[in-house]
Amino acid sequence: MLYDAVLELADDHLVLGHRLSEWCGHAPMLEEDLALPNMALDLIGTARTLYDHAARLEGQGRDEDALAYLRGEREYRNLLLCERPNGDFAHTMLRQLYFAAFMAPYWQAALGSEDEVIAGVAGKAVKEMAYHIRHAGEWVIRMGDGTDESAARMRAAVADLHIYTGELFEDGAGDAALPSRAEIRPAWDATIAGIFAEALLDVPEVPFPQTGGREGRHGEALGHMLAEMQALHRAHPGAVW
Amino acid sequence: MYSQGLIGADGRTEETQDFLDRFQRRIDAEEKIEPMDAMPAGYRKTLVRQIGQHAHSEIVGMLPEGNWITRAPSLRRKAALLAKVQDEGGHGLYLYAAAETLGVSREEMTEELHCGKAKYSSIFNYPTLSWADIGIIGWLVDGAAIMNQIPLCRCSYGPYARAMIRVCKEESFHQRQGYEICMALAKGTPAQREMLQDALNRWWWPVLMMFGPHDADSLHSDQSMAWKIKRFSNDELRQKFIDATVPQAEYLGLTFPDPEMRWNEEKGGWDHGPIDWDEFWRVVKGFGPMACDRIAARRKAWEDGAWVREAALAHAEKRRARKMAAE
Ligand SMILES: [Fe+2]
Ligand SMILES: [Fe+2]
Repeated sequence: MLYDAVLELADDHLVLGHRLSEWCGHAPMLEEDLALPNMALDLIGTARTLYDHAARLEGQGRDEDALAYLRGEREYRNLLLCERPNGDFAHTMLRQLYFAAFMAPYWQAALGSEDEVIAGVAGKAVKEMAYHIRHAGEWVIRMGDGTDESAARMRAAVADLHIYTGELFEDGAGDAALPSRAEIRPAWDATIAGIFAEALLDVPEVPFPQTGGREGRHGEALGHMLAEMQALHRAHPGAVW
Repeated sequence: MYSQGLIGADGRTEETQDFLDRFQRRIDAEEKIEPMDAMPAGYRKTLVRQIGQHAHSEIVGMLPEGNWITRAPSLRRKAALLAKVQDEGGHGLYLYAAAETLGVSREEMTEELHCGKAKYSSIFNYPTLSWADIGIIGWLVDGAAIMNQIPLCRCSYGPYARAMIRVCKEESFHQRQGYEICMALAKGTPAQREMLQDALNRWWWPVLMMFGPHDADSLHSDQSMAWKIKRFSNDELRQKFIDATVPQAEYLGLTFPDPEMRWNEEKGGWDHGPIDWDEFWRVVKGFGPMACDRIAARRKAWEDGAWVREAALAHAEKRRARKMAAE
């Protein structure tokens, strides 16, 4: 069903955008206090268009805010990767790279979608994701090939996060209007291999990838994130902001 | 907030009278002073202090509003608030760059902020306790900043004046956005209206304090006025701000937490009750309710990020070495 597939994508973008927004005002340098919200705004902007589209496809009178604020964690369909807590700057940038390296070729493939909204989102997001790969990729390289400490932190981030990347390629709800996720794998592998080579990082073998986000089986962190995000909205049912 | 940048500034200079007279003639002729121009040490010092404090205010100011980014009540508001806080970071960046033209580095200024030597606007030492605070800050805090900054677009120091022109455009957008948040609350449920009135009650007096002490108690204003670093007195700007704000508040159906606020036909402006200057000086001296938290948050971000900045430097150094070796 297109509705389910669009909702999955919207959840990925909102949850990751929210995570990035948590950095605002607390980044390692002022330039990153601007760059992280920039990327967060790209993701939240895409999420809003996708929620709006999902709400129309569903046709039950819900809107973007009903979908974002009034579903609980078991109803969220995002990838586990997107909900991982920020951790240090190495974790945040690696998570961003993993996601963008997937979304760039995904949106590229979606440019010709028969669904006009999806094709429209893809046109804008393709450029944004290219920037996210560049920005996050450069940081992964700087940290991987920086100091001993940064290299160790970068390797720790890979060890923590790589297990969540298998889920990117699961075709979940899927729909003919959307690209096959499994087919994105070679492009993603190539991007990551290129950047890891420069960052002096090894691509680890993952015997048991962590999955479940698409069925609403999340880690423990998502519930806390949603509790914070939704508290005010839920405290005033029906209010207009 | 920016007139507070002059508190404690020492504009005394030791240059010859002839040099000072020639400099003053340039100022009087409305010439812009540029980074490579000769300038009295006191002029430079006053500007470094003021621009530095202004930059710090933008950066520390990201924290109280940032406090609501993750809890914004709708996706539209979340995106707008995130973009607003990001703009404030951008203002900090242009202002540090303007201060750097006077020979002080961003790192030095940051150190002074973290050790408590440099000040920032007192207003950011108050907590944001509800969503309505985000509306009130945009409407009144950005509004007061605009009152202070519009004249700074004509400041005698070129890089500061040019930075202010860019900043002012964005600040007026922030103010409209803040007022729009307040409007939605004013038209909302009883709980939303109560939230809004409560926020105005808490922020009103601190906002009036943003314009700095009364003219009679403002020590270094005369020299700054003569140098055209400052163009209007604190009390003039405060009065302009109150006169512009009262009708906007009435439109929202709000009342001011000041029983002495009344229209003065004779002066054609609003009179207000006494400002609690003890509170003002307490906050300026670093004893505001959120002062410790603000500096702690800035220091934590800086210290936690040290290894990232070191990695960036180390990597750039490795690249340079490799390039040299290859040539
Ligand atoms: Fe600003
Ligand atoms: Fe602003």
